[in-house]
Amino acid sequence: MARTSDADLKPPSSQNGLKCDDLRKNSCHSKTEKNGPQTGVGSRQFSHDTFEQPPMYVAVMTYLGYGIVTLFGYLRDVLRAVGLEKCHVAQEREEQKDFTPLYQDFENFYTRNLYMRVRDNWNRPICSLPGPIFDLMERVSDDYNWTFRFTGRTIHNVINMGSYNYLGFAENNEDFLKTVAEKVRQYGAGVCSTRQEIGNLKIHEELEQLVADFIGVESSMIFGMGFATNSMNIPALVGKGCLIVSDELNHTSLILGARLSGATIRVFKHNNMHSLEKLLREAVCSGQPRTHRPWKKILIMVEGIYSMEGSVVRLPEIIALKKKYKAYLYLDEAHSIGAVGPSGRGVTELFNVNPADVDVMMGTFTKSFGAAGGYIAGRKELMEYLRSHSHSAVYASAMSPAITEQVMRAMKCIMGKDGTTEGIRRIRQLAENTRYFRAKLKDMGFIIYGDDDSPVVPVLLYMPGKVVAFAREMLKRKIGVVVVGFPATPITEARARFCLSASHTREMLDKVLQQMNEVGDLLCLKFSRRKRSAFPDACKGENTEADS
Amino acid sequence: MASGQQWVLVEMVQAFYEAPAYHLILEGILILWIIRLLFSKTYKLHETYKLTEREKEDLIEEWQPDLLVPLISKDHPSLKYNIVSGPPSHKIIVNGKECINFASFNFLGLLDNERVKEKALMSLKKYGVGTCGPRGFYGTFDVHLELENRLAKFMKTEEAIIYSYGFATMASAIPAYSKRGDMIFVDEAACFSIQKGLQASRSFIKYFKHNDMEDLERLLKEQELEDQKNPRKARVTRKFIVVEGMYINTADICPLPELVKLKYRYKVRIFLEESMSFGVLGEHGKGVTEHFGVNIDDIDLISANMENAVASIGGFCCGRSFVIDHQRLSGQGYCFSASLPPMLAAAAIEALNIMEEDPGIFIVLREKCKHVYKALQGIPGLKLVGEPFAPALHLQLEKSSGSRSSDMQLLRSIVDYCLERKVALTLAQYLEKEERFLTPPSIRVVVTVKQKDDDIQKAVSCIREAASVLLK
Repeated sequence: MARTSDADLKPPSSQNGLKCDDLRKNSCHSKTEKNGPQTGVGSRQFSHDTFEQPPMYVAVMTYLGYGIVTLFGYLRDVLRAVGLEKCHVAQEREEQKDFTPLYQDFENFYTRNLYMRVRDNWNRPICSLPGPIFDLMERVSDDYNWTFRFTGRTIHNVINMGSYNYLGFAENNEDFLKTVAEKVRQYGAGVCSTRQEIGNLKIHEELEQLVADFIGVESSMIFGMGFATNSMNIPALVGKGCLIVSDELNHTSLILGARLSGATIRVFKHNNMHSLEKLLREAVCSGQPRTHRPWKKILIMVEGIYSMEGSVVRLPEIIALKKKYKAYLYLDEAHSIGAVGPSGRGVTELFNVNPADVDVMMGTFTKSFGAAGGYIAGRKELMEYLRSHSHSAVYASAMSPAITEQVMRAMKCIMGKDGTTEGIRRIRQLAENTRYFRAKLKDMGFIIYGDDDSPVVPVLLYMPGKVVAFAREMLKRKIGVVVVGFPATPITEARARFCLSASHTREMLDKVLQQMNEVGDLLCLKFSRRKRSAFPDACKGENTEADS
Repeated sequence: MASGQQWVLVEMVQAFYEAPAYHLILEGILILWIIRLLFSKTYKLHETYKLTEREKEDLIEEWQPDLLVPLISKDHPSLKYNIVSGPPSHKIIVNGKECINFASFNFLGLLDNERVKEKALMSLKKYGVGTCGPRGFYGTFDVHLELENRLAKFMKTEEAIIYSYGFATMASAIPAYSKRGDMIFVDEAACFSIQKGLQASRSFIKYFKHNDMEDLERLLKEQELEDQKNPRKARVTRKFIVVEGMYINTADICPLPELVKLKYRYKVRIFLEESMSFGVLGEHGKGVTEHFGVNIDDIDLISANMENAVASIGGFCCGRSFVIDHQRLSGQGYCFSASLPPMLAAAAIEALNIMEEDPGIFIVLREKCKHVYKALQGIPGLKLVGEPFAPALHLQLEKSSGSRSSDMQLLRSIVDYCLERKVALTLAQYLEKEERFLTPPSIRVVVTVKQKDDDIQKAVSCIREAASVLLK
């Protein structure tokens, strides 16, 4: 039967500035260091990662749902083969019919029969800024999603709960973008060269210095694509004879980088320190497989916030383990830089950890800074090595100057260097929005995963039919949500993922919550069996503790 | 029920009495053996060398890992980046000096084109800077769809797909189609992006000598013989040839018509990488297929980056929908990465507009390439590598000193000499330990439409001077 989480027994830790008696009780997982004084947005004790399990009937119905769809899939394949149903799938050329087939039939089974029927919920094109409100292009399908056509109409003012716009820097305000426009006028779009040849612009070096200051380390290096930052630098750091210990739910770019490096990869259970310690212990004691030579290096790869779960890494514990076993730590802060921490410095600030303890800090500029690209930051020796040995510096184009300027202005805003308090205001607004939204959703009875501080809120929907119905219903009500299913998530845990932004106003959040309430009742999505307040709308303010 | 059970019991007892003695004895021994095995201590294979806690603590204490990164000497040549202040256009300010640019891949001079900048600014005003999401999650803008349509129309293929980074394009495209167990035949001079794609695909890789069709045919024939021995396996093994239209490492072109013939004879698919030839070769800049007059449908996948002639950022793949549509779900650099910022996409669209309106620039570029090629011939000590119409040529040392690092130093001194005299050149950079087939060190000479005759004259005389002074 489903486990009830600790949340029923202990109230969640309160993150607002109010001193709460619960904080003393809440030392359950805390092996963390003493926290600093309580700031406005809360320094933390170890969080509650809640992963509530649904009732059993939900799992059964989910499997049943997938089973039925698969059966129908086989039926349709048969009909298509026989010729009773028109085959919309693109075909190989006549001249190449006797070549080895490019795709195996069963590889595409899922795409043909399941994904095609519901694919109107993804790749929705927009025709405006990806801010808190955007405009979607209306697209319809006459043949059950095999082809789409645009009606030419636009769906205006849809609330955007899907874009990674944590601090609201996706904006087109002329004043804010003045410097970026200047750079476009001066430099143009591209750079036409690599960093090591003649593409190293002065503006790149300025940004690198700024990033290093922002994070609080000695030096940093920037790259043109966030995905490529991982896949091109991990092979430069580790190679054959090294061990990579990576979290179960790491992003594809980390996994690709690890594979390309040629090192041995071992996986530990998500955020589970026992599993990690066991693995490290065994690795150091037994050495490389078969030969038992000692490992050259051990690199632990984790993320700051996991984008599908919304959970935050247990950084202090990992640092303790890393020091004990002399491993190196690679922290990917794609979602957490700028979005968590009292001044937006990421998980190191959230846990009050010295950034020098993390050997390699990596992050992207796509999410909180509204630009594109990635960075790696750390000690000077590391950066010098990467400057000469990174695949990106030698073979890939440098970052576009206008994008570089956008990152600089966003970072200066967050740091307060532009002379305003806009940055801190946005960070506080994001934290407030996060707390409010999560608390309200929990109150309504939805099962949500992840840490209370993380602006990524996955709402579990489980059944494939409900996932699709949810996305379509919300679009009808002019709210754009992101739904994810298999294979990005485990097969029984399909979910809708909300990404909160500092530019969401209270009215927008209230509207979304109200519609969620309606849709949740309509589609029976409120699976949580936690006690919740009978009057969710009456609960105002931050302290929405459970009634237990 | 009970009677049934009783009846079975009676039968059993009867059988017991009727069985021969040896049978009963054998059964008895077996039962005793089973009981013994059940109760004896389990013997684990690793029992013999299971470590005690104390030993483990000692091992952990003693183990010293390598440094995270090896120490680099301060004089490592790759540490000294040239600092460019201001835009890398025709007149480029390198390390404080204004030079004529012979090093950026700005072939059509679109980097500082006013129309392109205007369109980028308009897009900035409308969309802001970033897209804040991957293509699947509200990161698809109408600009992206327009760019894909325009590219498909320009190349006269059914469909095109855009990536947000040029390097990631081929590196994501190859593993989307070729998996473990498939076979890829690739040219030795393939660029690093292709090499990473090959590595990520985990297929069998066979290298053939650069541009040597006979070597390729030999490998294909060998594979054919292997296939005949094992037809069942051959029926599911996909085979690909990966070549570049114009090779970045050697500045020459692949013999495409012969490749197409080999394709049909041996039933292999062709993937063509056209980063250096898109916007350069062909009457309308469509690349090496137009240059040779090959039917574009004969090439399964064409991939190119938009960071050279198009002077933007990103890359694209084009081909038939049957082939390209697959990448929308399985191209890693497409699905798991944020999409291209709209202003860069708008810049690329405007660049395409300019290319379509005025095919004359390709003729101008080709003339300039021929001019530079002729002018750089016969420099004592340096030899020119590349085709006459290649926009990015290599100048190698005629006689290598035997050690790569001293060759590099010599060439670097030539580059520095030219930089002093206001001609910006660059050494071709490689990661020596990572490349499979390392090309000899060389200086890159890039031709753009913006260079005037006296610029070329100045550059050539500068190089000639440098060679005569520094190469004895």
